[in-house]
Amino acid sequence: MAGKTLYDKLWQLHLVEQRDDGTALIYIDRHLIHEVTSPQAFEGLRLAGREPWRRDANLAVPDHNVPTEKAERAGGVAAIADPVSRLQVQTLDENCDAFDIVEIPINDRRQGIVHVVGPEQGATLPGMTVVCGDSHTSTHGALGALAHGIGTSEVEHVLATQCLIQKKMKNLLIRVDGQVQPGVTAKDIALAIIGEIGTAGGTGFAIEFGGEAVRALSMEGRMTLCNMSIEAGARMGMIAVDDVTLDYVKGRPYAPSGEQWTAAEAAWRDLHSDDDAEFDRVVVLEGAAIKPQVTWGTSPEMVLPIDALVPGPQDFEDPVKRSACERALEYMGLEAGQAISEIRPDRVFIGSCTNSRIEDLREAANVVRGRSKAASVKQVLIVPGSGEVKAQAEAEGLDKVFMDAGMEWREPGCSMCLAMNADKLGAGEHCASTSNRNFEGRQGFGGRTHLVSPAMAAAAAVAGHFVDVRELIEGAA
Amino acid sequence: MKPFTVHSGLVAPMDRANVDTDLIIPKQFLKSIKRSGFGPNLFDELRYLDEGQPGEDCSGRPVNDEFPLNFPRYAGASVLLARENFGCGSSREHAPWALEDYGFRCIIAPSFADIFFNNCFKNGMLPIALDAEIVDGLFQAMYANEGYALEVDLPNQLIRTPEGESIAFEVDAFRKDCTVNGLDDIGITLKSADAIRHYEAGLRQRAPWLFDVIGSR
Ligand code: SF4
Repeated sequence: MAGKTLYDKLWQLHLVEQRDDGTALIYIDRHLIHEVTSPQAFEGLRLAGREPWRRDANLAVPDHNVPTEKAERAGGVAAIADPVSRLQVQTLDENCDAFDIVEIPINDRRQGIVHVVGPEQGATLPGMTVVCGDSHTSTHGALGALAHGIGTSEVEHVLATQCLIQKKMKNLLIRVDGQVQPGVTAKDIALAIIGEIGTAGGTGFAIEFGGEAVRALSMEGRMTLCNMSIEAGARMGMIAVDDVTLDYVKGRPYAPSGEQWTAAEAAWRDLHSDDDAEFDRVVVLEGAAIKPQVTWGTSPEMVLPIDALVPGPQDFEDPVKRSACERALEYMGLEAGQAISEIRPDRVFIGSCTNSRIEDLREAANVVRGRSKAASVKQVLIVPGSGEVKAQAEAEGLDKVFMDAGMEWREPGCSMCLAMNADKLGAGEHCASTSNRNFEGRQGFGGRTHLVSPAMAAAAAVAGHFVDVRELIEGAA
Repeated sequence: MKPFTVHSGLVAPMDRANVDTDLIIPKQFLKSIKRSGFGPNLFDELRYLDEGQPGEDCSGRPVNDEFPLNFPRYAGASVLLARENFGCGSSREHAPWALEDYGFRCIIAPSFADIFFNNCFKNGMLPIALDAEIVDGLFQAMYANEGYALEVDLPNQLIRTPEGESIAFEVDAFRKDCTVNGLDDIGITLKSADAIRHYEAGLRQRAPWLFDVIGSR
């Protein structure tokens, strides 16, 4: 018999009951909750007279609706200007109170984007099943966990039963061989993969990322990569546990210590695919061939290296893709054949659960240091992923680097990633964004998003147009 | 949950690939803490010419006459015909809620995004994946015939066309059972409460670090 993949092992470890019809009851170790997708689930519990199955498996944090401006933020929940946003955050507070669930509230130092907070607090650990009513829950797979987004009905299901009814996915290995060049980051790898397999390429699969270039990534980079599994169509992406994982987890507030650490480490060391494991599909990329990436269209698969030209409908054979290209060019206000490096962002956003961790901010600051925001760029928002990231960045003086360059240093939250709070694009504005989705209207009605790495976003902010960041940093080609 | 057995309904088109959940229901409407009332804002950015706001009365808003769902011939449609990778993007269940609130009971496309597909069943809506060629044929037939309706027979897993054709479709047995009978998933799972407790006891032995760390309030 062939060996097991990491996904097979995690599945097996959490199998409560296998049913004849191919579905299975899977146990959920950690349930993360935020304000947008939970109110209707709590309401459902209330209506049915149900209680949470296991309170200590849940952790809540508001992130999507929280304001990121210091002044508005200072007054806590009551001071959120938008009444609809305020109600959602208040409802989370009330539900957590009523159902006895631990919440990290708005101005707690640990508050931040749920996918930054989970790993940072050790609330998500290797070997866990982790779910949250948010598709970027795939992020937590970076720790060697089985992590995926769920809808609100499933949020209610997990609250009430600590389980989910699931069907096993197929196994997809994405291997990035060799090493990436300096200046090429996890974000570029993620975008290159999506460019290669398309936004539906991973549908029906659980992705495992492997290969030398993936192994060489820090935990922050691995989270960026797993975060975007959903943009490749897969609900979950994961990476085997190694020393990098264990070093990251050790000492985190909710992580085990002492004897429990020893036992946990022993169990976690087995969380990798066996040498003879069989995958249903394998995709291989050469790390050295990956250049900094920029999306030009309205789907993450509409992505090209920085030195490329914007494509035209005639470049696509498939009629569906051809018309998608036509529509995207019109929405984005771009011409076929135009150099990507000619696109001039009106705003720059560095943040989101993809790229708001300390390493991301360091990469951006390295580019910005000693330079300033281009005059043509109206606004550069730097939004740390959590209060802890913010404090760390401030301790390193990164906030000064950004502010000296004319950029705005904000409070943690989702911010302009989806424009649910006041941070958004105007119609027709281009944005260099480190987030994960460039869908029409995602960052504001009529807004035009270009997905890039933090270093590339910073480079665009200082140059006033997209530019190969490798030209701006030392030690790069 | 409303049971879904045999449903006949007018067919309307959403003729583009990769329709994402942001397009199905833009994020400003996610701020609602309710489950219903999203129908008027389904495909908001395509249906109207202005930017919709939550809580706003949509009846006075400027309508995009070029968007098919606004054509009189598709009024009252309950079967949506779509292209590949329908429902990609975020996991928001507001997307199926909006489709359902608008009046759709069935969506037919060559492929769906996983989370969206799953969310449809949780709301008594039936997503059906068919070969791209068959879907294309349905698009042609629908465009050519005003009032084009389909009969979707879930118990027999058949779609019947006005031309008298029957198209078979796949659906997983558990989901079919729940959807046909309008069963609540949670109630079904709680029948396995003993198995869950048994599993939990074993887990506590094997991985004690997973318990009591976060606690309750
Ligand atoms: S940062 Fe963006 S993608 Fe991530 S959880 Fe928040 S809204 Fe979703």
